[in-house]
Amino acid sequence: MSGSGNVAAVPPEGEHRTLWRRHGTAAVFLLPALVLLGLWVVYPAIYTIVRSFFGKDGFAEFVGIDNYEALFTDDGLITAIKNNAIWVAVVPALVTAIGLIFAVLLERVRWSVAFKTAVFMPMAISAFAAGVIWRITLEEDPDRGVVNAGISAVADAFDPPGPLPRALPSQRDAMEGSPQRGFTLREPVRPGGVAVLGLTGIPPRNVPEDAQQAERPPPEPGSVAGVVWRDFSPGGGRPGVVERGERGIPGVTVELRTPGGGTRTAETDAKGTFRFAGLKEGGAYRVGIGKATFAQSASGPSWLGEKLIVPSLLIAYIWIWAGFAMVVIGAGLSSMPRDVLEAARTEGATEWQVFRRVTVPLLAPVLSVVFITMVINVLKVFDIVLSLAPGSVQDDATVIAVSMWRTSFGGVNDFGLGSAIAVFLFVLVIPVLALNVKRFRSEQ
Amino acid sequence: MTIPTRMAAVLAALMLALGVAACGGDDEEDAGTTQAQTTEEATKDVSGTVSTMAIWSGPEQEAFRAVLDGFEKKYPGVKARYDSAGDQLPTVLSTAVEGGKPPDVAIVGQPGLVEQFQAKDALKPIDFIKDTVEQDFGEDWVKVGTVDGKLYGLLFKAANKSTVWFNTQVFEDAGVEPPEDWQGFLDNAQTLTQAGTPAYSLGGADGWTLTDLFENIYLRTAGPEKYDQLAEHEIPWTDESVIKALEEMKKVTGDRQNIAGGTRGALQTEFPTSVSQVFGDPPKAAQVIEGDFVAGVITAETKAKPQQDFDVFAFPSIEGGPENAVVGGGDTAIMFSDSPASRALMEYLATPEAAEIWARRGGFASGNKNLDANVYPDEITRKTAGALGEAETFRFDMSDLAPAEFGATPGKGEWKILQDFLSNGDVQKTAQALERAAKRAYEK
Repeated sequence: MSGSGNVAAVPPEGEHRTLWRRHGTAAVFLLPALVLLGLWVVYPAIYTIVRSFFGKDGFAEFVGIDNYEALFTDDGLITAIKNNAIWVAVVPALVTAIGLIFAVLLERVRWSVAFKTAVFMPMAISAFAAGVIWRITLEEDPDRGVVNAGISAVADAFDPPGPLPRALPSQRDAMEGSPQRGFTLREPVRPGGVAVLGLTGIPPRNVPEDAQQAERPPPEPGSVAGVVWRDFSPGGGRPGVVERGERGIPGVTVELRTPGGGTRTAETDAKGTFRFAGLKEGGAYRVGIGKATFAQSASGPSWLGEKLIVPSLLIAYIWIWAGFAMVVIGAGLSSMPRDVLEAARTEGATEWQVFRRVTVPLLAPVLSVVFITMVINVLKVFDIVLSLAPGSVQDDATVIAVSMWRTSFGGVNDFGLGSAIAVFLFVLVIPVLALNVKRFRSEQ
Repeated sequence: MTIPTRMAAVLAALMLALGVAACGGDDEEDAGTTQAQTTEEATKDVSGTVSTMAIWSGPEQEAFRAVLDGFEKKYPGVKARYDSAGDQLPTVLSTAVEGGKPPDVAIVGQPGLVEQFQAKDALKPIDFIKDTVEQDFGEDWVKVGTVDGKLYGLLFKAANKSTVWFNTQVFEDAGVEPPEDWQGFLDNAQTLTQAGTPAYSLGGADGWTLTDLFENIYLRTAGPEKYDQLAEHEIPWTDESVIKALEEMKKVTGDRQNIAGGTRGALQTEFPTSVSQVFGDPPKAAQVIEGDFVAGVITAETKAKPQQDFDVFAFPSIEGGPENAVVGGGDTAIMFSDSPASRALMEYLATPEAAEIWARRGGFASGNKNLDANVYPDEITRKTAGALGEAETFRFDMSDLAPAEFGATPGKGEWKILQDFLSNGDVQKTAQALERAAKRAYEK
């Protein structure tokens, strides 16, 4: 900052006074800023650096570089450093790229203001609140999380859930299979026999309204009869026995596999009974219920689980900052000389070539501003991690700033180690800052 | 807590700091006034003022004021003052102690504070009520308030963390009753899932719900002596008793089919949701294992009515372990100045009549055996609070006694390791991880 161009116009006889005016006024104006900077930045920074060489209990115990050693040996802190590396590698590049795409495309769209407002809107929300929003949005349970509600609605449309998810055979040893493969009676049934297919794990509300008291059908020569029912009486009841108060389950598709390899199906009635007539005497038939009956509603990925929490955080963060990138790049775009673009087009360049060879190089200074700003932002990222990640994955999601806070205030209360983490973070930011300062200089 | 009340609290603290000096004068040693001699006559002789401070504001403040009114009625010569410090109580008290002008009596929720103030020689022993506490509350309650062999704290307002809350309709549909013992509890779980509703709702996103579950099991399998040793880290977490308790715990946390949302879902479920999903429509689970404060969450977040829709039973005893054991917490009264008036107040707070005043108003529980459980305003409180008076074994929540780094930090220590245990179910690995974390935290 050098705004001294007009000083030469002052007459020479007042040189002393001008000198005072020049430096004195500057000093008076700078003083408040200097005092505040010293009080809030310089003093705490030096204090933190000194503090980082001492142990947990204040300045009583000098520990040398122990805290810095812990920084690179503690599992939690290593995770934090690793996560921060992922953040730096992914977020600035993606935010800049997405911002660029939005800015370029929205220049040519009608209603671009409405789109721009929508993309920029998340910037108006605090990162903490954004974290809360995504926390709810990404819940695994489709009843609570809207993302998985969408995924499961689509998946269920293609592969509808069965009428009896969660149901299991009441006699585990009498049937084989699993909900994924369906259940089949272990013992083949011969014509004239009765197949007993008791199920449990069905909430009373899932039994259709028209269901009646279950009934074990009488055997009949030449056919296989049977019953599918909710084999549960208060307290448990006797598995495999149709008791008073146990209702049949209507509408279940029962499969019969013939010795020849064919399959026949029948549907249960209100009492849960079914019958396959006209069977060959002496054959051994397998009776079971197919997997479609037990199919569970699709649930969608576990966004907030330990494996996906970091990607989820990145998505949420990019959602917030894409708008910022778009606006800054858009401003750069609108001040770009149009004639260059037109010239390129007249020369026969394709739109892609114009974008790749003209627009992007001309926008390079703006893009680098966005990129560097994002690198600094991402190194310091804090609040969104705290509010988005559930307690059970806080350690998988942690970043350097969160570790620093937790170590110093949020439970561990070790200011020595906390200071060391702060200093480390500071050291990480310095090269980026230096780059930024250099860029400022070169721009002037 | 609103800003104005906070401001009021700070103002109150300031006024206290200025005003307490005035009543610090009457320090005459009155060794004769033991509990046995506090007859009608003696209570009239005591005179002076006593200042008190606690976290309570609003209705709780009114209730405590009513207790103090009862005290002033019994000791007509004494004036009792109360100031609410709100959530900032630990800070306000620490500052007041640092400045040498603490209130005469304070009631604090953190057992760590009692030890901290005792270590600073700020507390006065209250051995003059030791016999009363031992007789009316029980030996364990003396132990809870004892530091370095002397009684310093009286657990005036207690909380019961050994309770299980259930959906009465789901229990009725399944035909199960509140269990007599641990085996009955586990059998119930099987019956409940057969009836179609998962037995357990776990708030696994909040690590403390899992430590509470572990502590309840550990107290019942290992017994109170081991519990104390483990709380002090005198025995390692790899001890046989811990392994055994973890194995019992796995019978609940490892029963994946029987947990609402499975273990993955449980790890994303915060405590309030773990309560509301049991009493919502349809219920996602049959019961939730947490302390007496669950009642408040049910009434605030669901439409369930006490006894009609929800009810409570005591955490069941485990074969070979103590009967009527309670893990709890609460607010401990401590004394900073040894005047006859302060002593009189401490004596009064230990009486059933003091407890009765607040108990009738609700939201209060006392461990005083002489307090008639009928004074509690409703059946649910009669059960949860009454259990405290009947408790033969009482222990303070172990994770609250541990260093915060181990017992109370999200993503770290016991919270995180038990969350991992919920997903991996590896007993040995969990015990070793707990021991490693404990070693680090207790060393500091």
